[in-house]
Amino acid sequence: MHDLTQAFLELIRLASTDLPPDVEAALRQAREREEPGSAAQGALDAILKNVEMARLHSTPICQDTGTPLFYVHHPAGWSTRQLREQIRAAVAEATARTYLRPNAVDAISGKNSGNNLGDEAFPTIHFEEIEGDELVVDLMLKGGGCENVGAQYSLPDTRLGAGRDLEGVRKVVLDAVHRAQGKGCAPGVLGVAIGGDRGSSFLGSKQTLLRPLDDRNSDPRLAELETKLHEQANQLGIGPMGFGGQTTVLGVKTKGMHRLPASFFVSVSYMCWAHRRRRMIVHGDQIEYI
Amino acid sequence: MRSLNLPLDDETVRSLRIGDPVQLSGVMTTGRDAVHKWMIDTFIRKTRQPQGDDEQVYEAIRPILDGGAIYHCGPVVAGLDTGDYRFVAAGPTTSIREEPYQGEVMAHFNLKAVIGKGGMGPKTLAACQDVPAVYLHAIGGAASLIAQSVQRVVVVHKLEFGVPEAIWVIEVKDFPAVVTMDSHGGSIHAEVESHSAQKLESLLAA
Repeated sequence: MHDLTQAFLELIRLASTDLPPDVEAALRQAREREEPGSAAQGALDAILKNVEMARLHSTPICQDTGTPLFYVHHPAGWSTRQLREQIRAAVAEATARTYLRPNAVDAISGKNSGNNLGDEAFPTIHFEEIEGDELVVDLMLKGGGCENVGAQYSLPDTRLGAGRDLEGVRKVVLDAVHRAQGKGCAPGVLGVAIGGDRGSSFLGSKQTLLRPLDDRNSDPRLAELETKLHEQANQLGIGPMGFGGQTTVLGVKTKGMHRLPASFFVSVSYMCWAHRRRRMIVHGDQIEYI
Repeated sequence: MRSLNLPLDDETVRSLRIGDPVQLSGVMTTGRDAVHKWMIDTFIRKTRQPQGDDEQVYEAIRPILDGGAIYHCGPVVAGLDTGDYRFVAAGPTTSIREEPYQGEVMAHFNLKAVIGKGGMGPKTLAACQDVPAVYLHAIGGAASLIAQSVQRVVVVHKLEFGVPEAIWVIEVKDFPAVVTMDSHGGSIHAEVESHSAQKLESLLAA
């Protein structure tokens, strides 16, 4: 097995300093929709200028480089122990090179480890064995501001009149967007998991955020829900940064899961406009970044 | 676009209204969760005895905060190994976490501007009227852009809180922000919250 530490370092650099093309395009479209001279358009202008500057100087788009979330899909025979070691070495090196801010704080002592290496969940690394001979690694950097406005609902929810069906899901997701206001750095992207237990539901909601903004859910019921939620979330008028405006979310991604008969969880992961995700594909000696 | 120089006087503060874009220049400090808790516990509510260099740091930052600005920011900083610090990325962090502390901190230090993102609540808005002061909203996530306005790091205090939580004294030039809470009781955040709540109600009833 190759030592992929340098390849992981490049993956982290790209994720932190360069926004995926679909997200940047969505931000440009959002800018066109806002009233000229409004605070909302001013915010989007600053955002777009910042994205260009970060790419040019190879500096973080946002200073909160978040929790590094790695999704490693490996062929049979790869050592996940070695991959973990290489990822952790790359994370520490990326921190030394200021692609990442030191973010791992011991919750009991309050001490920052200084190199982004914390317990086994920091950085978070998910491993899954797949068919074929390519190693595929997705990386998402999820900052604290947007993580803090995530929400989990247990249906039925009497306050919102939300029952155990997709109409109930619609209601609680809109409530989550309203509660978030601009605090998650709107316009954000919503990852929604329907079902699961509390833990798997939140994991599922984050995983949906790996989908490109312009794809369509393969389940027509969920595709319809995503379109409706996208339109209605924007009708709330919270707008970029919560300044008021036309675009409150850039996209909505949902996923159905299995649940216990007694439970009906809906988990909402809010991703800020700086939706930093990158994919690395390793095929023999070839390494490709998407 | 209004250009403002720190420190700010009351007349300038009172002339600012919600929606005004501003550019801020001068010396200010960062301070977020750990710093606000430290200020409140050690020097304002005094539930904790000063320790180590607490009193020296307090005396060093007091003149900067008097009439000055505090920035809710946990930066990415280069030069940690050499001490030749440089801000690489320095956007605002979410301010609402300081809501339990902010008003008291503003009154204690005579802070004229609080800079952050996401807005703050009724206690801080009341302090904006009393002190008087303004809340300035920087663009969340625009970290590389904002770092360009940081001319130099003057000094850092409390680095043991960690890089994001330390007190970074910085000199800024034309730091971009928007007034979203003013000294007349105006708050864009309260307005947007209220309008969106009405809209939510109609969407839930649909």
